[in-house]
Amino acid sequence: MTMAETTANGSSQTYIGTRTIRPDGVDKVTGRARFGADFNLPGQLVGRVLRSPHAHARIVSIDASKAEALPGVKAVITRDDFGDQPSEFVPAGEMMMNYKDVVRNVMAREKALYEGHAVAAVAATSVAIARRALKLIDVKYEVLPHVIDVVQAMRPDAPLLHDDLFTAGVEPKPDKPSNIAKRVEITLGDIDAGFKKADVVVEREFKTAPVHQGYIEPHAALASVSEDGSTELWCSTQGHFLVRAHCARLLGLDISKVRVTASEIGGGFGGKTIIYLEPLAMALSRKAKRPVKMVMSREEVFKATGPTSGATVRVKMGATRDGKFVAGFAELKYQAGAFQGSPVQPGVMCAYAPYDIANVKVIGYDVVSNRPKVAAYRAPGAPISEFAVESVVDEIAKKLGLDPIELRMMNAAREGTKAAYGPKFGPIGLEETLNAVKKTEHWNTPLRKWQGRGVASGFWFNIGGETCASLTVNEDGTVSLMAGTPDIGGLRASLAAVAADELGVPYDKVRPIIGDTGSLGFNFLTGGSRSAFSGSMAIVEAAKQIKNDLCARACKLWETKPDQVAFEHGHVKPLGSIAEKFKPMSIADFAKIAGKTGGPIGGVGRINAQGAGPSLGTHLVDLEVDPETGRVTILRYTVAQDAGRALHPAYVEGQFQGGAVQGIGWALNEEYIYGDDGKLQNAGFLDYRMPVASDVPMIDAILVEVANPRHPYGVRGVGETPIVPPLGAIANAMENATGIRFTELPMSPPKVLKALKERGVSAKA
Amino acid sequence: MAKHHIETTVNGDAVEFLCDTEETLLDVLRDTLHLTGSKEGCGSGDCGACSVTLDGRLVCSCLVLGCEVGGRRIETIEGMAKGEALHPLQQRFLEHAALQCGICTPGFLVASKALLEMTPDPSEHEIRYWLAGNLCRCTGYDKIVTAVMDAAATMRKG
Amino acid sequence: MPRVVLVGNLAQITGGVAEFQLSATSVKQLFEQLSDLHPALARHLEDGVAVAIDGQIYQDTLLEPIGPNSEVFLLPQIAGGSASGDYSRRRARNPACTK
Repeated sequence: MTMAETTANGSSQTYIGTRTIRPDGVDKVTGRARFGADFNLPGQLVGRVLRSPHAHARIVSIDASKAEALPGVKAVITRDDFGDQPSEFVPAGEMMMNYKDVVRNVMAREKALYEGHAVAAVAATSVAIARRALKLIDVKYEVLPHVIDVVQAMRPDAPLLHDDLFTAGVEPKPDKPSNIAKRVEITLGDIDAGFKKADVVVEREFKTAPVHQGYIEPHAALASVSEDGSTELWCSTQGHFLVRAHCARLLGLDISKVRVTASEIGGGFGGKTIIYLEPLAMALSRKAKRPVKMVMSREEVFKATGPTSGATVRVKMGATRDGKFVAGFAELKYQAGAFQGSPVQPGVMCAYAPYDIANVKVIGYDVVSNRPKVAAYRAPGAPISEFAVESVVDEIAKKLGLDPIELRMMNAAREGTKAAYGPKFGPIGLEETLNAVKKTEHWNTPLRKWQGRGVASGFWFNIGGETCASLTVNEDGTVSLMAGTPDIGGLRASLAAVAADELGVPYDKVRPIIGDTGSLGFNFLTGGSRSAFSGSMAIVEAAKQIKNDLCARACKLWETKPDQVAFEHGHVKPLGSIAEKFKPMSIADFAKIAGKTGGPIGGVGRINAQGAGPSLGTHLVDLEVDPETGRVTILRYTVAQDAGRALHPAYVEGQFQGGAVQGIGWALNEEYIYGDDGKLQNAGFLDYRMPVASDVPMIDAILVEVANPRHPYGVRGVGETPIVPPLGAIANAMENATGIRFTELPMSPPKVLKALKERGVSAKA
Repeated sequence: MAKHHIETTVNGDAVEFLCDTEETLLDVLRDTLHLTGSKEGCGSGDCGACSVTLDGRLVCSCLVLGCEVGGRRIETIEGMAKGEALHPLQQRFLEHAALQCGICTPGFLVASKALLEMTPDPSEHEIRYWLAGNLCRCTGYDKIVTAVMDAAATMRKG
Repeated sequence: MPRVVLVGNLAQITGGVAEFQLSATSVKQLFEQLSDLHPALARHLEDGVAVAIDGQIYQDTLLEPIGPNSEVFLLPQIAGGSASGDYSRRRARNPACTK
């Protein structure tokens, strides 16, 4: 449905695109809103997890008898409490995961595969008793050599994590297991012929470290399993319907037996799209016959929940002397953590996506190593590959003496461009974002010594997916809206605006909630930048059902034919010959006589949303390097990104700004630091250094709107693209500030200082 | 070991509770007094999500013991609004969309209130450095700083 | 007849054959015809591929129509599709899968 058709469908345009106050806001600013750890049930027990102290070890035996005997301990679970799962891939966030691996990640079976891997769990009447109980569980380990780094893990003599893992995607099929789970490749045109046409070729190798999503709220779950298996579960999650599916599967329950309520969620960014504590809490509750509450400590979050991949990336690009890209090659090696499933596939597909290049070849390897299983992190895989490509694009610009924005403009993908990963693009807004950045005062501000400016663009696909949302008209004419995707950043405000405009009622008469799994049909999770895109589509569908229903009721009331009535701006209006005979009826008018005219008024949108449009963006950053300390200060930052149509401009800007700052942290400070023993050394916020308010300036956000023709309002998902450009933009700015091309992230002060010293660049120069 | 019997004031109300020696003020607030507005993000004083004021001084309640607060005055996020009237900071946070997931918001509000009570006209620089003890992963801090500056201006007008 | 192109690793499974001319009028028919020609593809088609029909990307839709002159690309699934359909299909295939 086009926007014109939507308006013709009788909706107003009063609230969409304005900065309304979010309906769930008051509870959040008063501390009333309940997050995962804020729920309690009478009689609840405390659940705690025993975790492997070794990076790689065979679990020889587990003796929990002393723990079970401790007064106050009501249940202990180990691998014996979970049936094994056959090998089978399922969607987990924006990646695929295998149930055989899921059950092993949730509770180790044959081996502990990373420091922090769950080995057993207890439920007790107090924290103190639970802690004591963990100490009484006797686990015998056979410690094995471990491997962390991706290149080392790929060596044929590397310690092997899984003896049943054979590299997929290579011919002939290997007969020896390996840590390389998969090889993927996309090709377009003829890469060798492309390089022959090039006047300039740049080849570079890059390295990035694993970084964590860094949500401030640790994982939390409260499970209550009844004697007949009926389960109630409250948890902090991005996808409560998926939690239900995975937990029902692992515990052998019918899906209808499990009812999951998503609490307010204190950040996810992809990291809360899979299960950790939920099946443990359920298994403990089932055994103890009492509710069990489990909350992770910050250390557990770092050691046992998925960060994103660290990677090694090689990029080789060729261009003519006029600046036309003629060949783009890349080889990506991504860490998957203990089980296969890094985001190397999307990394491969996104690497050259912003550009129109005739000859592309990108190869990717998914490699396991002894660290926590990787989870999705905002545009999974793309920041890494696009960082490498954007850095090389900048070098090409320098070699050719071309302006970096002009060079990107010359090669920008646009409507009709054939993407390296297959299809042709519909309308997209990369050029608009490049132009927007070029026009800013930021771009035209002079810089001083030790200051540098960098620009980079970025791409992410975005997804749609199964969505179910309902609208109900209450007896007083107000509207209840129920969505099924947890609200991680203002979704309820956007959906309420859409419902208000569709039905022509005031915004504050619409109350949106996130329904539990018992109240709605299946919803895929909040992720893939899909919740506003898909949710609004489902709301439009639900509103359409209501409008059709009210028109049908009016026809009966007015004893007329369907072509004599129409819904417009919140009213059913009589048309033509009966226009003078009857007064238009509002939603509230119908609400008063709902029972008498057939029953409650409502609609449910049940869709598998298609047509998600990619969102492209361009970032501009000014920074200053302190040559004495290596510290980098971000002076100025501008984001321009295509939102298609911003349902709520402030929350769209918020996505731009939040993603940019995560990218700044990734580029400059964040990394997992492992000791030689394979243990994580910085499992806390002090040493895992995320940006604080004093690290960043205001982030200027420019909203570009190139409508997505496949959405009734033109909406594109926006949440993920903002984390893609910062890494390249900052690396490019660093090169301009120091003359040094940094190819290893993060560009933290010790690394910067070392590089300056090696170059012989000093403060005096 | 016997529990400690503590009498104190929380948001103007007299309260008393029992706690173990190792229980933090944050544990007591959340688990014993059922005031779950203060959040545990790290337990080590690095994220500020547990911010409260103790005798008017901004502290991380995860770094204060429950048994230390006898006879003192604690103020949490739950005491910030007065009746139906939101504090100007709370109002401006809503208007400027200075929260996305909202988990850090109570901590930021308590910390900002403490700042403005001390410095009614802070610069952007002063706000950013004062709030450096509060982590936010969603917003990138831009709209939080804007909201604090706007609230400060409102409060100065009286 | 619609032109069908396999992108990425999918072409490896067919022994390098990346392009097909098939008479399918829906995604469901297309998957069936491809699986008949190359049985090894069947599992991959079920596990999840994205389908681009004349430039429009679809994920997880069996019923989408394909026109007589359409250009169809099969790509690796961009992101997780729906768990519901997958769950019931897989449950049916593996009845003895849980404790």
